[in-house]
Amino acid sequence: MPEQPLSAPLDIGFDYTRSVGPVLGRFMTALAQRRVLGVRGSDGRVHVPPVEYDPGTAEPLDELVDVAAEGTVVSWSWTADPLPGQPVQRPFAWALIRLDGADTALLHAVDTGGEPTSVRSGQRVRIRWADEPVGHIRDIAYFVPVTDPPADAAPTAPAPPAATSPEPGTGDDTASVDTVITPVHLNYTHSASLEESRYLRALADGRLLGQRCPACGKVYIPPRGACPTCGVPTTDEVELPDTGIVTTFCIVNVPFLGQRIKPPYVGAYILLDGADIPFLHLVLGCEVSEVRMGMRVRAAWKPRDEWSTTLENIAHFEPTGEADAPYASYAHHL
Amino acid sequence: MTEVAVVAFAQAPNVRRTHGTTNGVEMLVPIFDEVYTRTGLSKADIGFWCSGSSDYLAGRAFSFISAVDAIGAFPPIHESHVEMDAAWALYEAWLKIRMGEVDTALVYGFGKSSAGDLRRVLSLQLDPYTVAPLWPDSVSIAALQARLGLESGRWTEKDLAEVAARSRRDATGNPRAQFGGETDVAALLDADPVADPLRRHDIAPVTDGAAVIVLASAERARDLADRPAVIGGIEHRIDTPSLGARDLTTSPSTRLAGEAVGTDGVEVAELHAPFTHQELIVRDELGLGDAVRINPSGGTLTGNPMFSAGLARIGEAAQRILDGEATRTLGHATSGPALQQNLVTVLERG
Ligand SMILES: [Zn+2]
Repeated sequence: MPEQPLSAPLDIGFDYTRSVGPVLGRFMTALAQRRVLGVRGSDGRVHVPPVEYDPGTAEPLDELVDVAAEGTVVSWSWTADPLPGQPVQRPFAWALIRLDGADTALLHAVDTGGEPTSVRSGQRVRIRWADEPVGHIRDIAYFVPVTDPPADAAPTAPAPPAATSPEPGTGDDTASVDTVITPVHLNYTHSASLEESRYLRALADGRLLGQRCPACGKVYIPPRGACPTCGVPTTDEVELPDTGIVTTFCIVNVPFLGQRIKPPYVGAYILLDGADIPFLHLVLGCEVSEVRMGMRVRAAWKPRDEWSTTLENIAHFEPTGEADAPYASYAHHL
Repeated sequence: MTEVAVVAFAQAPNVRRTHGTTNGVEMLVPIFDEVYTRTGLSKADIGFWCSGSSDYLAGRAFSFISAVDAIGAFPPIHESHVEMDAAWALYEAWLKIRMGEVDTALVYGFGKSSAGDLRRVLSLQLDPYTVAPLWPDSVSIAALQARLGLESGRWTEKDLAEVAARSRRDATGNPRAQFGGETDVAALLDADPVADPLRRHDIAPVTDGAAVIVLASAERARDLADRPAVIGGIEHRIDTPSLGARDLTTSPSTRLAGEAVGTDGVEVAELHAPFTHQELIVRDELGLGDAVRINPSGGTLTGNPMFSAGLARIGEAAQRILDGEATRTLGHATSGPALQQNLVTVLERG
């Protein structure tokens, strides 16, 4: 079997906080009150959802008008397996829905109790509101047919967080919404290159594996796959020692979220003996004030039973006590 | 102003999944080699570099920076990037040559769609306030568009299956296509819909891939290719992002771009249509009659490398001229949901 590169799940997410401005702000505020607003365009058409500028004339728009919570399906498509985050979490229809009083169609979900034969173009549908509207497009939980709506409530994706909470106990539902929170979570499979994979597998054995560019002779660790100077694949493997020098460094004094070491501590570029590209690592084992450019250092490895395919097998670098490297020997690596 | 010509085109094999990284280097290095060999150019001869790719596809920030490793960017190069299909990078490169700033440019696009869930990632190109928070996927949105045409009588399911069958048949002649073969329209129509009304054959596959085009001023082009494909016109237009505010069975942006470049006399057209019905829309808006050969490469329905599929359409259209098979061809690229943005270029025998 040919050599396979390493890969691992990469799950990323962020709750985007978005200012909505005056037009969408009024739309979101109305949703929190279980009302839908559209905006009147230059040609008199009512756009739902509202647009801030007319699509034809680019004129700024600000005349918001109430439209109905009921409308007509203009087109639809069927989703047998809902994706994460989609409004309805059982088989449902996506639909373009023209609300009564609107001239454009809103894209949203229609729940028919999982039944594809219960949706059609021209069908009358109405909004099923979220239990606790917060001023967000998801306050419209989904639509249901006006005639014969499903008997049960559809399972839904988790509600987005409220950007602003009303004052407790005041029952104030008129506060205007100026922000929406839109969580984004994505899942990838991240693949290392074959060269990186060999480097990572070697790390699991406590070895430091770089590669030499066949054109310019430079040694890269981690290996790059292609020499960034020459643009040719790097092929020749070079095993490197766990000793080297500090080329440049900084003293971290500022605490931050997720920090593992108490400041102050030193982050440094470490140039291994025989390598041409330094990498970032920690220098511990001496006072931060003692760290200097050209200082000789050696890797402090974690206990062997903690090793895996990561540079974190090296806990940090620490001074060897040898004489510093002269500046001229690393000036071109800065 | 300086005329600009395509002098070489290459694309990586269209495949469902590569083992490579999301920075595209593994796909780009070999195709850069191909165009260097064909033109006799080396990286030092390239005046301007421009790429198209997406961090959303890669799942990490500034992923295109790592791709620059494939170039060997030393001494420093003159480089730019668009977070769009590389057809738009080609537009930027075309302008650079037109303005006389450079006389050669290398344009590339790449994407590893298989790293994530493509149709879900693509929902993030939608309006971030009122649409994207619902996570409508790209296939479902295209299905809404397809149904509008089916129910208005604009096209039939059989029309769509015929587009798919022709594409697969043509792809058998394209060694870099993801798949191809003889298919029976009736058999295609027997399959159940996967996103009613769309069937599997209506939807472009998920593809990892990359493509590269070398442009040169018309004067330089004569030394680099026997039959350079001169860009007779290139235009791009955009429609409103508000999906419910436009007639999705039409594409005014395609029509306007086509009118601006002039599509008369085109013999071959490569259209970037990731869904069968979109080919019919684009073809109609460009006024391409029955005599025009559509997508002899098999088109996007047999290989849809995100961020290079549009560039590859221009490359395939240019290749017909480079090979001496045609004298006037058309390349089309699209971007955004339901054909929102469109670029049209006409290529001519110099
Ligand atoms: Zn090199």
